[in-house]
Amino acid sequence: MTSRRIFLKSGAMTMLSLGFAPSFLARAAAAAPARKRLLVAIFQRGAVDGLNMIVPVGEADYYRLRPTIGVPRPGAGGGDAAIDLDGFFGLHPKMTALKPLWDNHSLAIVHACGSPDATRSHFDAQDYMETATPGVKATRDGWLNRYLRASGEATPLRGVAIARQMPRTLQGPAPALAFPAVDTFAVRGGAAAERDFQQAFEHASDPLLTGGAREAFEAMRVLHSATSGEYRPGSGVDYPRSPFGRALQEIARIAKADVGLEVAFAESAGWDHHVNEGSVDGQLAGRLDDLSRGIAALAADLGDRMADTIILTMSEFGRAAAENGNAGTDHGHGNAMMIVGGPVKGGAVYGTWPGLRPEQRFEGRDLAVTTDFRDVFSEIVTKHLGLASDSASRVFPGFTSGNALNVIRA
Amino acid sequence: MRPSRALCSTALVVIGLLFWSARVPAAGVPKDEAAIRHALSRLTFGPRPDDVEKVRRMGLSTWLDRQLTPSKIDDHAAESRLRPSPTRPERFDSMMEARRYGRESVEVLAANKITRAVYTERQLEELLVDFWFNHFNVFAGKGRTGLYVAEYERDAIRPHVLGKFRDLLGATAKSPAMLFYLDNWLSADPEAAERIGNRRGPNQQAGNARRRGLNENYGRELLELHTLGVDGGYTQKDVIEVARAFTGWTIAPPDGGRGRAGRAGGRFQAGIVEDGEFRFVPALHDRGDKMVLGQQIRAGGMEEGQQVLDILALHPATARHIARELAQRFVSDTPPDALVARVAKRFTDTRGDLREVMKTLITSPEFFAADARNAKVKTPIEFVASAYRATGRDLSEPRPVLRALQQLGEMPYMCQPPTGYDDTADTWINAGALVARMNIAQQIAGPQQAATIGGPEFQRR
Repeated sequence: MTSRRIFLKSGAMTMLSLGFAPSFLARAAAAAPARKRLLVAIFQRGAVDGLNMIVPVGEADYYRLRPTIGVPRPGAGGGDAAIDLDGFFGLHPKMTALKPLWDNHSLAIVHACGSPDATRSHFDAQDYMETATPGVKATRDGWLNRYLRASGEATPLRGVAIARQMPRTLQGPAPALAFPAVDTFAVRGGAAAERDFQQAFEHASDPLLTGGAREAFEAMRVLHSATSGEYRPGSGVDYPRSPFGRALQEIARIAKADVGLEVAFAESAGWDHHVNEGSVDGQLAGRLDDLSRGIAALAADLGDRMADTIILTMSEFGRAAAENGNAGTDHGHGNAMMIVGGPVKGGAVYGTWPGLRPEQRFEGRDLAVTTDFRDVFSEIVTKHLGLASDSASRVFPGFTSGNALNVIRA
Repeated sequence: MRPSRALCSTALVVIGLLFWSARVPAAGVPKDEAAIRHALSRLTFGPRPDDVEKVRRMGLSTWLDRQLTPSKIDDHAAESRLRPSPTRPERFDSMMEARRYGRESVEVLAANKITRAVYTERQLEELLVDFWFNHFNVFAGKGRTGLYVAEYERDAIRPHVLGKFRDLLGATAKSPAMLFYLDNWLSADPEAAERIGNRRGPNQQAGNARRRGLNENYGRELLELHTLGVDGGYTQKDVIEVARAFTGWTIAPPDGGRGRAGRAGGRFQAGIVEDGEFRFVPALHDRGDKMVLGQQIRAGGMEEGQQVLDILALHPATARHIARELAQRFVSDTPPDALVARVAKRFTDTRGDLREVMKTLITSPEFFAADARNAKVKTPIEFVASAYRATGRDLSEPRPVLRALQQLGEMPYMCQPPTGYDDTADTWINAGALVARMNIAQQIAGPQQAATIGGPEFQRR
């Protein structure tokens, strides 16, 4: 079967070779409302310890299971304690940057959320979350790519990952882009070099390569004319000087350029703390500081665009409820997701809390999953990005949400 | 026929078969130029301009045979281009000194990796070193791992890539790089702390992560990535039992044992096994029996870990997992099941002889099949090395190449997750990556050849 991607790409190649190069993409982008609803997906690769990120401070078993790394209850140690959210849950103290978003009801949390599949393999669990088909390994495309295909025009600037490799989430037949920064996404050597490459790819037969190159040339043209000059974040916005902070700044830059960005993807690495995880300080604390300040900066930089934006965090699984023999945590099951943005009914923790007593835990050891991560994804795709619910079944094959969270305003 | 004669003639046939199979059979290997091009593009880091002619004169099966026995290939020219590694001091006097050594050693190692890829005559061996390093990946950026990566590749990976899988597995299991990277050096019987009193283990750098209990990290990746594969039929219980069997497999302290722990003496020191920087510390070992994949392992100290490796190395799931990975690397992103089954059978029949496994793979009809040709996309390091080999550009300053690999997302020794770098097209080909390749092509090949090197055909192999 000729996939849509190959069809579109070979169609465009014909146009290029006939000299229609400046392009239907630009026209499509100009015709469509350029300012769209935006989803920023953030993948915390390595499995964040959700129990130390969104701490169940009202749970006595939490403290019994984590004598060394447990985050103290609010008020227990001055600044060195969880930040109270609702009396039962608290934010890790290094996440103060997100507290104002909670207070103004634009941050919601879904706890005990995760996969119906029991795997504790990073690789499989990431794959299942990125394809949104837990337990099915044969899925080739990612869920955000399927969303792009099920909705709107096939233009690469609708889906952008700030990464050197295309994440599974965005892999698939619909055009999408991956690059580490807007400024490096350019052919050096001037117009002559660019023309030579374009000709070389024009005559190739390989759809993966010709399609990728075509997307590149088209997108570069649109993007560079819309982002000329150095990017300056909004006043007072201070991104962390880290790979994650820089990636979020690139997303803000592209969003503000009004080139039709709808889904953006960034990753935050280094969450696999088997050893010496730390409590209020330490390794996890440092990563949470970077994550929270990054998200807060992006929200501030996007300003009134946050009315149409959702920032969603996810991680492949949670970590074992008990700390291990090295003041770290081994692979577990249920985890916490954060949802930030204007369309979010924030200031609340969603989902059913299963408890941490031995009989309440998954396989006797991990936080159980009471919300399927696809409940969260599908609500965002339908209510926020506006995909009709009958099309949503194409994005989440075989899944029917029986557990409406109602975390997004209709 | 009398039984003894039957046995004799069977033995003769077996010996004959062994002798015959030690060489690549010329019969099954095609001789045409397209087949030679295919073999060169798949089993080297890209052909040099005169390679096709050289192989044609030598005969493809002879060339394959030589690549499978690399020790017979003179490689002085390539070796003379390698940079000397910094000498590892017997002990480090400070953390700063250790860090400096680690950084310099990994820099030289990465420079030598790309130099070897471009210049070695033992091309298949070099591809296999890359393959097996990724299979048994360690990340030089994690803590002390960088101190050990050079010797890890040199002593644990390289000598075994065409040897026995069990030896390769055993060498990685005992290597300080793997013990550190997957945290096993800290894993201990939870009751060990009581046994050895309040003394701390011989690794003060662990800070407050004293060795107090079990760590599953190595046990899990050993089953999932190194041997059985994620669908290999093990359970969470198996992960824990394997982790228990490996408690006490740890590393000598980098200060040469002059710290408090080195002076601890007494029960902690009793019965320690030393092998280079590997240590087995009985005091940290879980003394109970274990049950791994339904097989009972009687309490036996360090032998338990070896028994686990024995079980895993010859397990049918391991044979299938390794066969699929090799077929994916050398034949296509979606290799035919029949080929995987045949290669797995060879793995099992030869008790994990990787030279025989490779021979089966690269002389198979599937390897030379029309739909396998140009079916793979070059990984970044293959792209960069093949650009140097095709253009004949001199690579005496590897730093710009390493920057290019950084940009393309395949910096040697810096892959953080234990899965290693991926090898399939959907990972490496997208609009952004193609633009990066176009720019690197200009840098390596100059304006005349840039459009070829950065163009579509050159991205395939």
